[in-house]
Amino acid sequence: MNLTLKVWRQSSPNATGRIETYEARDIPGEASFLEMLDIVNTGIIEAGGEPIHFDHDCREGICGSCSLAINGVPHSRENGITTCQVHMRKFREGDTIWIEPFRARAFPVIKDLMVDRSAFDRIIAAGGFIDVRTGSAPEANAIAIGKEDADEAFDAATCIGCGACVAACKNASAMLFVGAKAAHLNILPQGHPEKDKRVLAMVRQMDAEGFGNCTNQYECEAVCPKEISADVIAKLNRDYAAAVVREAVE
Amino acid sequence: MNALGKTLCRFWASSIGKKLVVAITGVMLVGFLLGHMTGNLLVYQGREDLNDYAYFLHHFLHGWGIWLARFGIIAAFVLHIIATISLTRQNRAARSSQYACETTVQASPSSRLMIWSGLTVIAFVIFHLFHFTVRVDPALASLKDPADPSRHDVYGMLIAGFQNPLIVLFYLVSITLLCSHLSHGIASIFQTLGLRTEKTRVPIERLGLAISVLLWIGFLSIPLLIVTGVLTDTEVTSMATPAVLSEPNP
Ligand code: HEM
Ligand code: SF4
Ligand code: FES
Repeated sequence: MNLTLKVWRQSSPNATGRIETYEARDIPGEASFLEMLDIVNTGIIEAGGEPIHFDHDCREGICGSCSLAINGVPHSRENGITTCQVHMRKFREGDTIWIEPFRARAFPVIKDLMVDRSAFDRIIAAGGFIDVRTGSAPEANAIAIGKEDADEAFDAATCIGCGACVAACKNASAMLFVGAKAAHLNILPQGHPEKDKRVLAMVRQMDAEGFGNCTNQYECEAVCPKEISADVIAKLNRDYAAAVVREAVE
Repeated sequence: MNALGKTLCRFWASSIGKKLVVAITGVMLVGFLLGHMTGNLLVYQGREDLNDYAYFLHHFLHGWGIWLARFGIIAAFVLHIIATISLTRQNRAARSSQYACETTVQASPSSRLMIWSGLTVIAFVIFHLFHFTVRVDPALASLKDPADPSRHDVYGMLIAGFQNPLIVLFYLVSITLLCSHLSHGIASIFQTLGLRTEKTRVPIERLGLAISVLLWIGFLSIPLLIVTGVLTDTEVTSMATPAVLSEPNP
């Protein structure tokens, strides 16, 4: 398969980037999207050029390292998968593919298609944890948790922190990520005692990082590789309102 | 500053806090619109009922009632505008760079027009107030109820005020944009207040759409039926031409 790639190239964080055109020749349909980039990069390196930089690690949809907006959509238009799980057979001979970094002020470009997503780490550090010494794993049934709660918490906990929600949002809002990370702890009894403190701290850090505000358009939900529902955002709004009221009166 | 003041300041400064202000003021404004539309529909009951209603509005609680209501609505309107403009500016800044290949997966056109439909509403409200509340046109201001010349003839004012097709066109465009605002806004209230869940998602969306269509028909039917001559002033048949209208009634 032969394709035309329009790729964002940017040599350093402060350099001005631009779109460059590459021809991708003889790409096998069974190659993954990242393998396709590997093939193109081999060609670039053999010709003495600077390869296209992009983030990746597990290449099986679990680590959240890979990013890329493919034709303007983070992780491509296909539902429930990451960029590393996109296969080239989904494209047609002669297609032009636009490949850009996740765009948000809070995710500055490091080089080419790599962006700095450490703002997410700082949000987790602000409250995305439980403040107890965990030691070794406790007896599984020591605290009884209803099946509905367990499922809901688990669904939220599947977030891999990839940042696609931010990249898809017209406002670069991180509400789906923060909603998921707060919900998976807030729903469970272990996370309950620090619920208010957690929500207030995580939202404050989210705002400080320069993410935008949610306008309830749900672009995030449409691209999330783990198909996390925007219901976690409603829950975050609810928990935040309750936390503010309690903070004000208690 | 005391602790409560600090909590309130932090609430207003936060993304979710401002959104909650937008949602609560939005509820107040939608409530006002539903009441206003219901009152307007009395025009179909005839001159006496509409004029009685207008008289009641200006005199309940010894004339204080309308000012209390106006004060509440103006406060909600101003807060809504300040919060949304501030949120929109932050959102633009948060997405400082745009995709070369910009696409939308599922955000509705109405949701993307919110700031523009909102700003049109401001222009409309100013015009509408000068048209029918301040009544800058002396021809409209001097109309007297034929049955009770001591009071203003709101019915005759509507018939006369909507004879001009350009004015009706302006109402048509503005109310249509307002209802577009609400087709996203009403469902959005539930998400922002944390009331949208998997169970309530679909009914909420339908409710928002239904209220928007109801308001659109309820508000616009009046100018449209008047300008097309379906709804006329039966008691004063000579009112067809504005020149005659500008003469004060005996
Ligand atoms: C009668 C007048 C108005 C009504 C009934 C109304 C109603 C609403 C409602 C219900 C929402 C959704 C709140 C939420 O997201 O939870 C909303 C959002 C919004 N309104 Fe209005 N509005 C009115 C006037 C205005 C005006 C004058 C502006 C001009 C600046 C405006 C700008 C916005 C914007 C930008 C949003 C989106 C905010 C966001 O999602 O972050 N609105 N409006
Ligand atoms: S919520 Fe979904 S899109 Fe956002 S970071 Fe988590 S996995 Fe990625
Ligand atoms: S590389 Fe790990 S999720 Fe794609």
